[in-house]
Amino acid sequence: MTSTSPAQPAEKHVAPQADHGDPARSLVARIAEGRAWLFLAGLLICFEIWSRLAFGATFVLNPFNLQSIAIFAVAPLLLATGQTFVIISGGIDLSLGFIMGLAAVIAAHATNMAGAAIPLPLAMLAGILASVIVAGVPGIINGLLISRLKVPPFIGTLGMFGVARGAAFLLAGGTTVPVQNSWFALLGNGKFYGVPYLVLITAVFVIVMHYLLSQTRFGQHNYAIGANVQAARRAGIDIRGHILRLYVLSAMCAGLGGALYAARFTAGAAQAGEPLLLDSVAAVVIGGASLFGGSGTIFGTVAGALVIAVIQYGLVFVNVEPFWQFIAVGVVIIISVLIDQAQRRFSGARQDE
Amino acid sequence: MNSTNQNTPLLEVRNLSKHFGAVRALNDFSMAVRPGEVVALAGDNGAGKTTLIKAISGVFQPTGGEILLRGQPVTFATPQEAREKGIETIYQDLALADNLSIGANIFLGREPMRKAFGFLPVLDRKAMAEAAKATMGRLDFHVSRLEAPVSNFSGGQRQAVAIGRAVYWDAQILIMDEPTAALGVPEQRKVISLIHQLKAQGRGVIFISHNLQDIFAVSDRIVVLRRGVQAGERKISETNHDEVVKLRVGG
Repeated sequence: MTSTSPAQPAEKHVAPQADHGDPARSLVARIAEGRAWLFLAGLLICFEIWSRLAFGATFVLNPFNLQSIAIFAVAPLLLATGQTFVIISGGIDLSLGFIMGLAAVIAAHATNMAGAAIPLPLAMLAGILASVIVAGVPGIINGLLISRLKVPPFIGTLGMFGVARGAAFLLAGGTTVPVQNSWFALLGNGKFYGVPYLVLITAVFVIVMHYLLSQTRFGQHNYAIGANVQAARRAGIDIRGHILRLYVLSAMCAGLGGALYAARFTAGAAQAGEPLLLDSVAAVVIGGASLFGGSGTIFGTVAGALVIAVIQYGLVFVNVEPFWQFIAVGVVIIISVLIDQAQRRFSGARQDE
Repeated sequence: MNSTNQNTPLLEVRNLSKHFGAVRALNDFSMAVRPGEVVALAGDNGAGKTTLIKAISGVFQPTGGEILLRGQPVTFATPQEAREKGIETIYQDLALADNLSIGANIFLGREPMRKAFGFLPVLDRKAMAEAAKATMGRLDFHVSRLEAPVSNFSGGQRQAVAIGRAVYWDAQILIMDEPTAALGVPEQRKVISLIHQLKAQGRGVIFISHNLQDIFAVSDRIVVLRRGVQAGERKISETNHDEVVKLRVGG
């Protein structure tokens, strides 16, 4: 055994190769991956049947319905895109709802103030910019707490939830802040060939975020950190810098959500995002991400957000008491997680139990 | 594979010490690894094996002594510096991001980029997959599912991916900490055969294991540590299990 000649190991040579794809397994994995879109299709079919039986009218082919669902989905989806990044990294951001409220109030104030000095369209842009930048501040604090001071994300962002909430109500003076800017109102309620501006802006934003997550080093490192922080650190990834940027990014998504909220309702309200936080987490989970980190996609989250919007809007449309919405969304979340668990068990072995 | 002549050790450790307060975790320890040589490091828990590899891989600063790479004294402030100089440590199960492909793992932290549509920088997955295929081929590991996450692979295959990453970045010294510990017997054989490949490519390997069978299957020499000092060094061809066990426990 002291010889250095290459091909004569002591035992019979065993190539480390047993690389068989199992078709059944990959089918299950594919179904689990696309489950949010399957849910969405199933829901649309259910509501279509229900609507035809109950009112003899179409649900899906009615453009007004589609528009309303899309508008419904905009705000939770904006929060959920940022949340997707955070959850993939293995964290969670509970402060997003009130960062959105804070941003809505800032957008209203800034647009009004700027409107006194500069033309209205510029004032609108200044208002949006101000709200997104201000939203970044709690994001920076979240990121520093989590990356430098090792505060668990759940606790750190829960603290920021309270701080942003208080700050938003203080800035709003405890009420809603109306916006006087016709351009801003147009942005929030106007349409381009039947598609609301809000939906267009969100669609473009979602595509940019998809690019960031799936095609850049930032996105790749995000997945790696979520799966194995140790490995990522050993590979030379700057974990602290990454986490900081991550929470700033998610806060700025909420900032944009707040600005668009203020545009839609021509008013900023501190409680704008309050009910949306859990919807955003739900959208990410229904979309196929694991709360343990390491998996998830932006388009999955889009489907998740649409599932929630369809349930909420559809149940109202077919005249069911609104409280059933909560139950329906809850059931979908649970089924979604069950599918995820089953798929993990099925694809076997390497997941920790 | 490399220009170093066979007499200059790739890596030499001279009189290395690491003290934690009054505890002498490693004391006046010397060893060398030559190109194409596999040196096994044996010793009971707490004998100083981990301290030694952490000192060599830049995790700890040694209290005394020196480390020479191809005859040149070096110091590493961080594990990153050691890696840049060609010393790669492969840990048992902490090395890979399970949800990423082989290529993505090989390039983790240094991903190649290309320009889509002539302007948009995107990850060059094709280049990663091709490099992965070529590299794993050099280790006699032929994969068809280059896009599959490494969680789909077996323990031995994952170990091969970790080794493949070191090979791709041209590590000359591989420190392998218990590479076979978590594996079943057939998988252990695969890892042993990988180590033979590394040896054939002229790299130096420091192989840490509790398993004497593995040590005797793959190593050229064995260095035994006991309570932070070198308890003995033997050529594998000139020793046997009993003697190594005696060295370990101090009989």
